[in-house]
Amino acid sequence: MKRIRVILSLSLVISLSLAVVGCVSAPKGFLKPGENSLEKRQLQMRQYDTADETKIITSVAGVLQDLSFTLDDSETKLGLVSASKKADAKDGGQIAGAILLDVLLGSNTLSQCDKNQMVKVSVITSPGLDGKSTVVRVTFQRIVWNMTNQISRLETINDPEIYQKFYDGLSRAIFLEAHKI
Amino acid sequence: MIKLKKYWVCCAVLFLVLGLFGCASTANKAFQTDESQVQLRSIQTRAFDTSDKEKMMRTVISTMQDLDFIIEKADLTLGSVTGTKFTNNMVVTMTVTVRPRGEKQLLVRANAQYGIKSVEDPETYQDFFNALGKSIFLTAQKVD
Repeated sequence: MKRIRVILSLSLVISLSLAVVGCVSAPKGFLKPGENSLEKRQLQMRQYDTADETKIITSVAGVLQDLSFTLDDSETKLGLVSASKKADAKDGGQIAGAILLDVLLGSNTLSQCDKNQMVKVSVITSPGLDGKSTVVRVTFQRIVWNMTNQISRLETINDPEIYQKFYDGLSRAIFLEAHKI
Repeated sequence: MIKLKKYWVCCAVLFLVLGLFGCASTANKAFQTDESQVQLRSIQTRAFDTSDKEKMMRTVISTMQDLDFIIEKADLTLGSVTGTKFTNNMVVTMTVTVRPRGEKQLLVRANAQYGIKSVEDPETYQDFFNALGKSIFLTAQKVD
């Protein structure tokens, strides 16, 4: 009798957990502003002393091309340019480490190593509040595929160097200095 | 022993039934919603006392950027903005549309997807409209 009870409770637990997995819903709060949104603004935004939004957005498209992005979409009336680019994501160190692990432990870490990545970017220009400037905000994201061509990572890029590189290019293109917000 | 066997059979049947339910996916699964159409519309829509569509759309875009979205597409005529955000290794996509309601108001509607799930939770949309209201200095009004 005891055994039956155990089996019964076990099957109940399993079917309950199955039901729960089947109904997994989105967690709450993912449309709430994060705590570090101010830092992100500083990272992603720059201000230029010109009210000529068209000039800025044309230069943005040029800079993205210089960085070998292809333009996906744009709406100049709203100051939007979005673009993407595929690139290699192999990292010598990561691969060497994985091979060493695989040899020592007989595991299959190599297949989990990064192979390719796609970087997506959107740039938004908007008129500054003083009427004499234009604010530019850029966001980079990337999707990384591993050696077995499965998506292994989805992330927003937060590396200041990458953002700085973009703005250096933009400043050169429009002969204006970028001001941090 | 016989009784035990019976339970095993029961368990197997239960799993099979569960499995079958799981596989009953057809095209109409993509058109299923948990909430009724009317309810969903009111969860996803707010009215704002302004008629400046461009300003509203620019505010929608900057609010979405504050929330870590990349803006993929936007169209001023259509009044639509579509963006993607990565969170916990999941993809969140959201489309926001802005359209006039009478002479003095704009209706803003947001549709979000979390992975393959349509978001139908009122709180999540309220979070978005709170953020939007703060940026445009207007109160989001519920609509029927």
